[in-house]
Amino acid sequence: MGRGLAILNWSLIGFWIMAIISVCSAVLMIANRNPVRSALFLVLGFMMQALLYLSMSAQFIAAVQIIVYAGAIMVLFLFVIMLLNIGSPEALRERGGLQAPAAIVLAIVFLLLLAGVGALGGSQINHLMNPSVIPNYGTVDAIGKTIFDPSKPWLFPFEATSILLLIGVVGAITLAKRRL
Amino acid sequence: MIIPQHVGPIDMVAVIPYIAIICVLAFVLLLVPGLVWIERVVVALIQDRLGPNRVGPRGLLQSIADGVKLFFKEDILPANVDKMVYYLAPVLVIVPALAAGAAIPFSIVKIRLDSGVVEPIPMVVGNVNIGILFILALTSLQVYGIVLAGWASNNKYSLIGGLRSSAQVISYELAMSLAILCGVFICHSLNLVDIVNHQGGYWFGIIPKWNVFQFYGLGAVATIIYLIAMTAETNRAPFDLPEAESELVAGFHTEYSSMKFAIFFMGEYASMLVVSGIATALWFGGWQPLFPFLAFIPGWIWFIGKLMTFIMIYIWVRATLPRLRYDALMSLGWKKLLPMALVVLFLVALVDTLQTPSQPVGSHVAQGHLAASMVIGESQR
Repeated sequence: MGRGLAILNWSLIGFWIMAIISVCSAVLMIANRNPVRSALFLVLGFMMQALLYLSMSAQFIAAVQIIVYAGAIMVLFLFVIMLLNIGSPEALRERGGLQAPAAIVLAIVFLLLLAGVGALGGSQINHLMNPSVIPNYGTVDAIGKTIFDPSKPWLFPFEATSILLLIGVVGAITLAKRRL
Repeated sequence: MIIPQHVGPIDMVAVIPYIAIICVLAFVLLLVPGLVWIERVVVALIQDRLGPNRVGPRGLLQSIADGVKLFFKEDILPANVDKMVYYLAPVLVIVPALAAGAAIPFSIVKIRLDSGVVEPIPMVVGNVNIGILFILALTSLQVYGIVLAGWASNNKYSLIGGLRSSAQVISYELAMSLAILCGVFICHSLNLVDIVNHQGGYWFGIIPKWNVFQFYGLGAVATIIYLIAMTAETNRAPFDLPEAESELVAGFHTEYSSMKFAIFFMGEYASMLVVSGIATALWFGGWQPLFPFLAFIPGWIWFIGKLMTFIMIYIWVRATLPRLRYDALMSLGWKKLLPMALVVLFLVALVDTLQTPSQPVGSHVAQGHLAASMVIGESQR
């Protein structure tokens, strides 16, 4: 019991460090006037999320998070920011509009929802967060076996998602070809 | 050589990762001056020049003299640069390269456990389950250093260099990931230690069962795709467009001086060593000896020997081939390497399915399929 408590405390300390860094980087991402720095803070946020996944022993998701988001999508973001030459701090001055008040309202709703989930389901979530319940939890092996197990319902949604991505590719090519 | 588990008060099994950290860091950081010397000598030899021959015997101390010079040079900060990003960029080049070295197993030591069983323990910093994905993740972060250096320098040539680098690295990463996946399919594992162990043994007692010789030549095609993509990933000639000196002064590092420039330089060589290390472990059997009768040579010598072969190929290619034009680079990446890698991956998966006896839910098939879906999904974005 004492050992379990010690592990819990260490993981809690790690969690708070990563959570604070990731929230700070998220805030800095929108508070920054410079698009390149914003993109960098978003990358930092993605890295912290990957670390959070790792701390929950979801190795595969952590690796995919870095490869896909930090490694591919954000590099494309940076590429576009630089290509359009909006890297200077003055280029992106937003005019007033409905966005700011709408964002505040949505943020309050989201916080209330989070608080509600914490208050209602906190006790149930707690024991689910212990990864040692399931053997090989979060490894590529376990995820692959779960997704491709015919007795489980995940195969169809998985393949449907990949078809969705395929539709995206076809759409992108059609849009680009029209201009060629 | 068999080492007992307890030498005095030290538990050797627990100490191995720390030894591995020191080995990887020392190998990469201390070898860079030597590599620079080797490169200059070999390129001079190929181009029929003299090369470095003034400082020390055969110019051996030239790199050290250059390093000292860089260390004492004036540290210039150009006007109107984005200071934070400008100083961050060199760090972002070298850190992922060194961190990726953590997942590459470079040798194996036999340790006699206290129970009397002799157990082969791999020399690797972190024997992670998702070794290959870990390395892919870190190498995909390396492009940030170059892109941000180009942007933060406030120089149009640097910016063009950074833009070229980001487009090039993203394009070739896809072909590289697909080629790596072929190796994953052949070995049924993402763990590099398992991958190297899988390559032990010989056909007819003479041909090593390395991945490059596996699957009726498909392994060799995937290896060639990987080797081309790895050259492009590290921005080396003939793919060194981000720093093409005839067009862009020095590309992304034009505005960097003294130690910041040296760190870019070291980062380039460190990433060369890392991708060569992956090639060694993934395709050429890691620490496995070439012939069974050469097994008395320790594993780490085999590993370093194979690694240095790839470095020599790098240098050879650099001295031989002219730089690609930019559109040729893109069409090679997207129109030739990527479709080729997809076809090879499909064929490897097909052969693997035919070879593997049917089983209810094959873990490795599922694993490979999942990883494949992921990389293909990434390419679709």
